[in-house]
Amino acid sequence: MRITVIGGGPAGLYAALLLKKRYRDWHIEVYERNPAGATYGWGVVFSDRTLGELREADYTSYTEITDNFVIWDTIDVWYRGQLTRCRGHVFAGIARRKLLAILQARCRELGVLLHFEAEIEDPTQFISSADVLIAADGVNSVVRSTFAEVFRPSMVLGTARYIWLGTDKVLDAFTFIFRETEHGLFQVHAYPFDGNTSTFIVECSEDTWRHAGLDQADEAESLAFCQQLFSDHLGEHRLLSNRSRWIRFITLRNRTWHYENMVLLGDAAHTAHFSIGSGTKLAMEDAIVLANAFEEHGDDLEAVFDEYESLRKPKVEAFQQAAVESQTYFEHVRRYLHMEPVQFTFHLLTRSGRMSFDNLRLRDPTFINAVEHSCASDDGKLSAALFVPPPLLTPVRLGPTQLPNRLVLALSPDVGARDGVLPEAFVSHVLDGAHRAPALLLFPPVAVSAEGRMTPECPGLYRPEHRDAWATLMEQVHASTSARVIAHLSHAGRRGATRPRRHGLDLPLPPEAQWPLLAPSPLPYTPMSPTPRAMDRQEMEQVREAFVRAARLAAEAGVDVLQINMAHGYLLASFLSPLTNRREDEYGGPLENRMRYPLEVFQAVRAVWPEERPLGVTLTVSDQEPEGFTPEEAVTVGRELKMLGCDFIQVAVGQTTPHTRPAYGPAFLKVYSDLIRNEVHIPTVCGGYLTTADHVNTLVAAGRADLCIVSLEDYP
Amino acid sequence: MNVGIGLPNTKHDITGEIMVTWARKADEGPFTSLGVLDRMVYQSTEPLMTLAAVAGVTQRVRLAATIIAAPLRNTVLLAKQAATLDLLSGGRLVLGVALGARREDYEAVGAQYRGRARRFNEQLLTLRTFWEDHTAVGPRPVQSGGPPLLVGGMSDQTFARVARYADGYIHGGGPPRAFARAAQRARAAWEDAGRPGTPMLWGMAYFAFGKEAVEASRQYLLDYYAFTGPFARRIAEGLLTTPQAVRQFIRGYADAGCDELILFPGVSDPEQLDRLADILEG
Ligand SMILES: Cc1cc2nc3c(=O)[nH]c(=O)nc-3n(C[C@H](O)[C@H](O)[C@H](O)COP(=O)(O)OP(=O)(O)OC[C@H]3O[C@@H](n4cnc5c(N)ncnc54)[C@H](O)[C@@H]3O)c2cc1C
Repeated sequence: MRITVIGGGPAGLYAALLLKKRYRDWHIEVYERNPAGATYGWGVVFSDRTLGELREADYTSYTEITDNFVIWDTIDVWYRGQLTRCRGHVFAGIARRKLLAILQARCRELGVLLHFEAEIEDPTQFISSADVLIAADGVNSVVRSTFAEVFRPSMVLGTARYIWLGTDKVLDAFTFIFRETEHGLFQVHAYPFDGNTSTFIVECSEDTWRHAGLDQADEAESLAFCQQLFSDHLGEHRLLSNRSRWIRFITLRNRTWHYENMVLLGDAAHTAHFSIGSGTKLAMEDAIVLANAFEEHGDDLEAVFDEYESLRKPKVEAFQQAAVESQTYFEHVRRYLHMEPVQFTFHLLTRSGRMSFDNLRLRDPTFINAVEHSCASDDGKLSAALFVPPPLLTPVRLGPTQLPNRLVLALSPDVGARDGVLPEAFVSHVLDGAHRAPALLLFPPVAVSAEGRMTPECPGLYRPEHRDAWATLMEQVHASTSARVIAHLSHAGRRGATRPRRHGLDLPLPPEAQWPLLAPSPLPYTPMSPTPRAMDRQEMEQVREAFVRAARLAAEAGVDVLQINMAHGYLLASFLSPLTNRREDEYGGPLENRMRYPLEVFQAVRAVWPEERPLGVTLTVSDQEPEGFTPEEAVTVGRELKMLGCDFIQVAVGQTTPHTRPAYGPAFLKVYSDLIRNEVHIPTVCGGYLTTADHVNTLVAAGRADLCIVSLEDYP
Repeated sequence: MNVGIGLPNTKHDITGEIMVTWARKADEGPFTSLGVLDRMVYQSTEPLMTLAAVAGVTQRVRLAATIIAAPLRNTVLLAKQAATLDLLSGGRLVLGVALGARREDYEAVGAQYRGRARRFNEQLLTLRTFWEDHTAVGPRPVQSGGPPLLVGGMSDQTFARVARYADGYIHGGGPPRAFARAAQRARAAWEDAGRPGTPMLWGMAYFAFGKEAVEASRQYLLDYYAFTGPFARRIAEGLLTTPQAVRQFIRGYADAGCDELILFPGVSDPEQLDRLADILEG
């Protein structure tokens, strides 16, 4: 078999040597445009798991690579001129040049033909002259671009600018530096890779980059700028450049990774943001899986490539997902500059969800001790106390009220009310919940009118007898526990008149049992749902007054906290979303109009709800549908609500229409809570399947949420 | 956790007699349900008809379609068949449904492959109406609201469907850790939808005991799952072949919150059922 490899990076060299090792009689050639010793870039980082696979694949190169590793265990974060350390991680670094030299030598030893300074401009010649063409020619792959209509690459450009530099300063930790300047924020990702040199990547936003004039700067000027900016860290050490330029990171994906006798490997097939340091690892793993596929399927190329692609693609995509989260963090890191150093660091370390409070405690108890002391103080500085409670048991302010801990217990959605009246069984469920000692008990949606119910079994607050029943309930809760109760006021809008949710959502009641529905526009929720009436001004006033009446009844009944529903496609949320609000009056169209009615309702309720009791909103942060309500719009609505006296926001996503499908899983709402809390600067309540104390501690300690919703189903 | 057993309805050598023997034995044994698989272009028996046939020779076990590729079927007919089976079995049907991954199955029955996801949603939305609202299309199922409906699959949309339309989730197979992750996604979706309680969670796996049966089962799995490419091998490697493996697997699934685990045979010899029963009872 004749194999031609284009590109002598980690992917190409490693694939060539693994194949040659197994098939000594195959003819394998590598074409590399650079000279043998020259290479861009500085050092690369590996984690433990990759190493096991390298050992199995080729022991000889594995030993050489690991012999050349620099190993370290610390992450240093410089922020506000102050250092925060976290130990107990494992990183191994190696110079890219060294890594390539090892792989080149091993290739030669096995009999792979290496051609340097051999740039391939037209790969089509190899389609007939070689049996297999391995395209390992990096992110700008000529093979991929020649056959772009087959591979169908998608490239997403990052919003930040970065430059990949080196320094002769020897670092002893993975180092992040955040530096605010008159131009904006700059951040550094730096790590050691051999005994003498370290990688030093400088990154900033496009605006900051332009403002600092770096768009006009050449290589030497850029270098001088960075040298000057980080002179306090570098001391007498120099920053080094190697054809370095300010670029934007490209996240590359391809529809397919193979075509006829060609196959894409490494960066030619996929990239993942450098802040999770996995590109080389992924490239080498590709080579391993490809070589194994040859072993399995011999010269049946279709089978070999299918196997390679179907095994690798899901893994790589999972990595790309984590990388995008990390990249997004760095692109929005300005959002978190209000945090104190310890919290800022904890937030940074937990950014992609792969590390948590408990993981970090195992790695570095001292660091977690500092995190706890920072959570336990009012101002985020470190508490002086010897011992402090874990984050989830620390007090928090919700508007006018101080709460003893961060737990909100969600009550069962299965209320079984009749005409809005709470049944006995549910009252005892509430009392049981109160005895579990959460700070708050969260009611499922409570209808503000009979027509505002989702199902005939929804609780209500629209008649004097409702108030009396709530008053009795509140007395019972307060008499024996310190828990507070949130009444979550809602109008179901076009999601009304459905069956109780035992068998599913939005299954309409039989026609004779339905009541008329209201919505901003006459669009049924599902194809089977009845069509709602588009509300006229009078109906809008009536519904607003229903919210006001419910708030008054709740206040009279002694309810502690009130929350207004603007989520999940119920009435007020359906005004917010352009998918469901098609009005042409001043309540439809641009966001300013779409949020008008929900804000009017909020203001009217705020006016009657006692000032000394918290008032919040459940807000959809994203419809998660094309053309839907966006996170940016949610931030705008959040800011308006805050100005109007909203004390907290509970975040929600989806359900605006039946077609949404959030990526459900543990803590799936945390990014939305993080966004609202740190952009709007308002306390957030976050649910989204938080089943362990670790989830809650991680969210609270990182400043992603102030209160966390837990469910009795997970704590029976 | 309950443990059910699969019928060998996708084995080439099946006869009416073998099927009835399996069903009778399962009904007498420690098993709580009988499962069947669905595949159009294959030498397999039709799942609902198979369950109907064994309904008559069993009294106790639940009859579980695990799963039916619903969009291959007409919705009204499916609703009627399910209601019929529920009625005739005295309320023992559990209906697992999914999209079905094989294009050739769609082509064979003349169903559109494109747009199948949306059609599946519409089916899920309507099935329940036939069972709950005594429409002109009967019969009335014995179980109130109709048979429990499980949805299978692995996409984000699957879990949204579980929460929106179904009573639970059915996993397609894999080690306990994979099941646990899928179960969490199902629970998260359920909680977010404001459904009361928790979703029913079902799992499945393959077993074979004895050298020849193990070899034959591996061949069968490689063939049956050939359409999944390299994953066929992984599925074949996951075959449970020893009492130890079966017990550990059951323990793993139970710990992950599985309600019912169905163990499918790799060969059709009813003696395999006896051996599994011995392990469960021993
Ligand atoms: C700033 C930054 C930091 C990074 N840090 C890390 C890290 O710490 N850890 C890590 O694992 N990864 C890191 N990476 C990623 C890593 O560099 C790549 O993912 C990895 O090198 C991919 O290997 P490859 O062999 O696929 O491609 P490359 O390494 O890009 O190799 C491609 C080769 O093909 C050659 N070539 C291209 N076109 C032609 C042609 N037409 N003819 C002949 N030869 C050609 C090129 O000269 C090059 O040598 C980082 C990336 C960036 C941008």
